[in-house]
Amino acid sequence: MPKLIENSLLCENKWQTVDDQQPLPDSHYLLPLERWLANREMPSEGLPFGVIIDGDQSLEALQDTLADLPLIAIRFPKFVDGRGFSTARLLRGRHGYNGELRACGDIFRDQLQFLHRCGFDSFEVPESAGEDWLDSLKDFSASYQAAAR
Amino acid sequence: MYQYNPRDHQLVSERVDQFRGQTERYLAGELSDEQFLPLRLQNGLYIQRLAPMLRIAIPYGLLSSRQLRKLADITRRYDKGYAHFTTRQNLQLNWPQLEAVPDILAELAEVEMHAVQTSGNCIRNVTSDQFAGVAVDEVEDPRPWCELLRQWSTLHPEFAYLPRKFKIAVNGSQADRAAFLFHDVGVELVKTTEGATRFNIYAGGGLGRTPVIAELVRSHLEPEHLLSYLDALLRVYNSHGNRLNKYKARIKILVKAWGVERFAAAVEDEWQFSKDGPNTLKADAIEAMKAHFTLPEYTPAQSDCEQQLEAAAQTELAFSRWLERNTHSHKQPGYRAVTLSLKPTGAAPGDVTDRQLEQIAELADRYSFGEVRATHNQNVVLADVRVDQLQSLWQEAKTAGFATPTVGTLTDMICCPGGDYCSLANAKSIPVAESLQRRFDDIDHLYDLGDLELNISGCMNACGHHHVGQIGILGVDKKGEEWYQIQIGGSAGKDAALAKVLGPAFSRDQVADTVANLLMVYTDSRHEGESFLETYRRIGLAPFKERVYAQVN
Repeated sequence: MPKLIENSLLCENKWQTVDDQQPLPDSHYLLPLERWLANREMPSEGLPFGVIIDGDQSLEALQDTLADLPLIAIRFPKFVDGRGFSTARLLRGRHGYNGELRACGDIFRDQLQFLHRCGFDSFEVPESAGEDWLDSLKDFSASYQAAAR
Repeated sequence: MYQYNPRDHQLVSERVDQFRGQTERYLAGELSDEQFLPLRLQNGLYIQRLAPMLRIAIPYGLLSSRQLRKLADITRRYDKGYAHFTTRQNLQLNWPQLEAVPDILAELAEVEMHAVQTSGNCIRNVTSDQFAGVAVDEVEDPRPWCELLRQWSTLHPEFAYLPRKFKIAVNGSQADRAAFLFHDVGVELVKTTEGATRFNIYAGGGLGRTPVIAELVRSHLEPEHLLSYLDALLRVYNSHGNRLNKYKARIKILVKAWGVERFAAAVEDEWQFSKDGPNTLKADAIEAMKAHFTLPEYTPAQSDCEQQLEAAAQTELAFSRWLERNTHSHKQPGYRAVTLSLKPTGAAPGDVTDRQLEQIAELADRYSFGEVRATHNQNVVLADVRVDQLQSLWQEAKTAGFATPTVGTLTDMICCPGGDYCSLANAKSIPVAESLQRRFDDIDHLYDLGDLELNISGCMNACGHHHVGQIGILGVDKKGEEWYQIQIGGSAGKDAALAKVLGPAFSRDQVADTVANLLMVYTDSRHEGESFLETYRRIGLAPFKERVYAQVN
């Protein structure tokens, strides 16, 4: 069971990623992009849900639905595949997305601060992750360049 | 030269702490080899054939005498007492212990140095002209822009996991001494007719397996937009560069695949969203950076200093040769830039001992305001030497072994560490360099041949820039044996050209003879005053090929 880092806290991950047909739980689910675009399934007013996208998926299709999405999760297929860093910057900058951004998939501790600076708010981390992972969010106390934050 | 402010110190020291923690976790088995790999590479640490190798950043080649002394001390205490200047103006240690690297980095931080992003798939050390600030053909001093780029690219959160490495060079002169057309991004400083600074941005150049000359993607970019434009350019590359095949992952492949117009349009489109954003350079920030690179306190020239120098040169042939090859004209009357040659016969090109590093520091303090520059030709430059002190500098440099008067000639070779050190190499390169130095040891012959760049790489990754040598030598592996492919006609300057392969490869024993044959074709065919490159361009590859293989067969 993976964990979640949210608001600089390590917590239990109550979220599940559903596939194209699976019945939806009441809340805390991540929809594949195609399913979201096809049906725009939303839980009852205000309950948390989101969509999960891959680094190589076009953001243009998502553009018109951003206002309805409280959360977008970006999947990292391998930790060395850094496209997701730019995907987050594109969503925050070019597309003006203000909801929650979550990094999922193959990410590790030493990437957390850079992910955060690119606009990610929460991080899906492995079961083995301990409190010491939170230290890596504070590796650097200054920066040379502006990013999402 | 740039001086660290509290933020620079803070960041570099936090980087050391971060890497110390990562190294401890790796040694404790908490980080896998695969996870540790990009972390150590982005701190300059390779695992090489015989030992780890640590590549230390020398931002755009600038070093102070204090830094040189620290480097000498580090090579003595943590290594075997020598280091290697690379073709990208960096310095490599060949024998550090992995466990000691955090301590080495901490000591480097004391003198405002680091190894951040000297390797890995990220933005690497920014390189430039070794004569920046003193060159007579300078359009504008590139160093403030280099430092702004260094800071922007350092610990850039978005670009630490690019498809592949990313190298930027800045050229501020009419001639090109930074090989900017062979970089992932080349920044060329130009002026408008009103004298305002602009940048021409070239992208998609590089050597390696697929050598490509960069193409112009944006002309006359206003200075305030330099960083936001490059943010957009890198974002397009990071999003669309090939991630499946590392041999097709450099930006040059993307630019070729899309065509430069489509690539430039994509960058322009993305830039509309970052333009005028928070990475826009404010006029006061630019001025503050320029204030780090002011002129040293030059002594006004004696009116007869040039005549006296000429008189001294006429009495001593060896001195006049050194003046001709190893000193360079200077913006400031009464001054010269001096190249300290690291290419004596019998030493690996670019190698220096701990003692030599200290001697360079000593010479820098006494003759050149305590600063030196590392060059991409693997030499060291004292940029500001008084004309009336040249003779005494020459004598001291000679004693220390830095006065080989061959700068810019055949034996001032660029050469990678090759199979003696590097685990990527297919063949050794240092013994080839040595065989050429021994074969071509007649100084009159070298001078007669004139300006001639000979570059040697031990494998197709091309660290020795063989594609842009007027003569390029590439080590290849043929059924477990080391062979050498020879190519001619390359140029790294503004007349950028890729060398063409002569034909089948040669054994190591044949290399020096083959080069001698190539040079004979040149001396037999040249018109008055024509360089090797000019002759080649006029007569083509065929006569060279004919002579070389006629002898072999």
